[in-house]
Amino acid sequence: MKRFQSLLQILIAVGIGLFLQVLINNGMINPYYAHVMTNMCIFITAAVSLNLINGICGQFSLGHAGFMAVGGYTAAIITKNTSLFVPAMISGQPRFFLATLIGGIVAAFIGLLVGLPSLRLRGDYLAITTLGFGEIIRILLLNWQFVGGASGYFGLKKYTNFTWAYILAIITIVIIRNFIQSSHGRACISIREDEIAAETMGVPTTRYKVIAFVIAAFFAGTAGSMMGHVNRMVSPASFTFMLSIEILLMVVLGGLGSISGSVGAAIFLTFANEALRRFRAFRMILYSLMMIVIMIFRPKGLLGTKEISLHDINKTMTGILTKFKRPVKKDNPVETSE
Amino acid sequence: MRPSFKVNARSENRLTITQQVIQQLINGISLGSVYALIALGYTMVYGIIRLINFAHGEVFMIGAFVGYFAITVLGLPFIAAIIIAMVFCAILGMIVERLAYKPLRKAHRVAALMTAVGVSMFFQNAAIALKWIGASPKGFPRVIEVQRYHIMENVSITSDRLLTMGVALLLMFLLQFIVHKTLMGKAMRAVSLDKDTAQLMGINVDKTISFTFALGSALAAAAGVLFALNYGVVVYQMGLLPGLKAFVSAVLGGIGIIPGAMLGGMLIGIVEVSVSAAGYSMVRDAVAFTILILVLLVRPAGLFGKNVREKV
Repeated sequence: MKRFQSLLQILIAVGIGLFLQVLINNGMINPYYAHVMTNMCIFITAAVSLNLINGICGQFSLGHAGFMAVGGYTAAIITKNTSLFVPAMISGQPRFFLATLIGGIVAAFIGLLVGLPSLRLRGDYLAITTLGFGEIIRILLLNWQFVGGASGYFGLKKYTNFTWAYILAIITIVIIRNFIQSSHGRACISIREDEIAAETMGVPTTRYKVIAFVIAAFFAGTAGSMMGHVNRMVSPASFTFMLSIEILLMVVLGGLGSISGSVGAAIFLTFANEALRRFRAFRMILYSLMMIVIMIFRPKGLLGTKEISLHDINKTMTGILTKFKRPVKKDNPVETSE
Repeated sequence: MRPSFKVNARSENRLTITQQVIQQLINGISLGSVYALIALGYTMVYGIIRLINFAHGEVFMIGAFVGYFAITVLGLPFIAAIIIAMVFCAILGMIVERLAYKPLRKAHRVAALMTAVGVSMFFQNAAIALKWIGASPKGFPRVIEVQRYHIMENVSITSDRLLTMGVALLLMFLLQFIVHKTLMGKAMRAVSLDKDTAQLMGINVDKTISFTFALGSALAAAAGVLFALNYGVVVYQMGLLPGLKAFVSAVLGGIGIIPGAMLGGMLIGIVEVSVSAAGYSMVRDAVAFTILILVLLVRPAGLFGKNVREKV
């Protein structure tokens, strides 16, 4: 039954994807909205992967933009220089696929390097290490002339389209959801709930924290590659601390530990970003206030750890439908005892 | 390009090793004393409520701006500007603590951290949105005449750097006095040891925490004005990197330990200036980060810290 359900979910996801793709191909959705939807999928990937660290594992990472930068630049270097890393005979979309994969792997490796020293310790060191990491990556990229320094690395081909971004988002969701439901994921949740108790029960806390961190870094890297190839450039200015904060807000808004919440919040905030594009400073003020207020009144995020599942939707739908049904005539009213 | 503590590059070739080392030590301690001032705020707040106050770097930035406006708009002398900035930020620190951090004192620490990040973002973007601050950097006025005092052959110190060191040291002594000789300082130490017991002993914990924020923010404000004086520029982003480096200083010295933050700040300053002097000014900002990773690997408790056993 359970297997059938998850298969059904994936089928529905694929169906929605195909439907949207057909709409885009036929011009029913104009290119601008297609672009926004692509961005949405990229942000879903980023937010869900960040949720794995911040929501599921209860750690606090602030460097997601840094990992996206690593992935984005790595992939950009590979797709632009046909002689580097991947044989030149692989070109076009397959090369982009491999580049994205390698970008993710490099980001995961960097994640291991950053995570290992800071996740060994209890406390908030990860927050400051990842914050520092994000800044340092940016400064190093600013000074690296091979990738264009401050002006950015231009001239990438627009390999990312809605299909790629959508597939990546679905893969991220499926893998991370399966991870959470596996024994490894349970271990991560136990760390979030009470690290000392988890350790006492024999959970190797450091190992699980690092595993979760590396997985998240991998997906952040792939999201960075997608982002670079949709904007046709990567620059230090596009991977700032503000980007990390935006992704963090998606996680907070959706609920720390709720995958479906992150997906919803990513969709909502990408829309909001487009709508508020003209008021940049105002938008960030609004976001930061939102973050403070949500944390004070609902420290677990809006949805908390709840998931919206097909089952719930089904239940609410039937609930709504029964309301519209004709009330059953009562032929024999129950007599009330007096 | 960001302006930096300049190394006298012109005469570098003629300097002997000893002269160079002493010169860099002086430059480093001057920069480090600014870091130390910021680090003190981090370390005190962490010591008392176990929170990394991400907004501390922004308090530093606001302090610099208050100093800037006090000098340019009100036309006050430098020392008065520092004092105004300190008072302003002390009040600001208390307000932030009361509104944003106090409701979360019992919540999960990730929630408190996120709030701190939110506060930090709020200040940065509010600074951009305010018409008279904006996103572009502003030149900090040269309020004191820069003179060069020669200590020995080829080793000199400029008056602004001397002033920085002097003010920083004075404030640190003042802090030591407050923490060790006054009743409030005693309360601070008690609360940082054990909040509940302190409360049972009749200490007003809320007031003590507020006071700690006020002290830390005032020190950050002073650091901000001094930093702006040395670099000659104020901009809304200026809090990020110095804040980060100051945090590394606090961790290096042992977070929660006041003398540790002072020593850590000086060390980070010296290392950073030395790296710049050796010609690697490009990676100068990465140095503090590398130090942080090394400290976390080798000695997470910091130089002065003891390994504390965790109790349940």
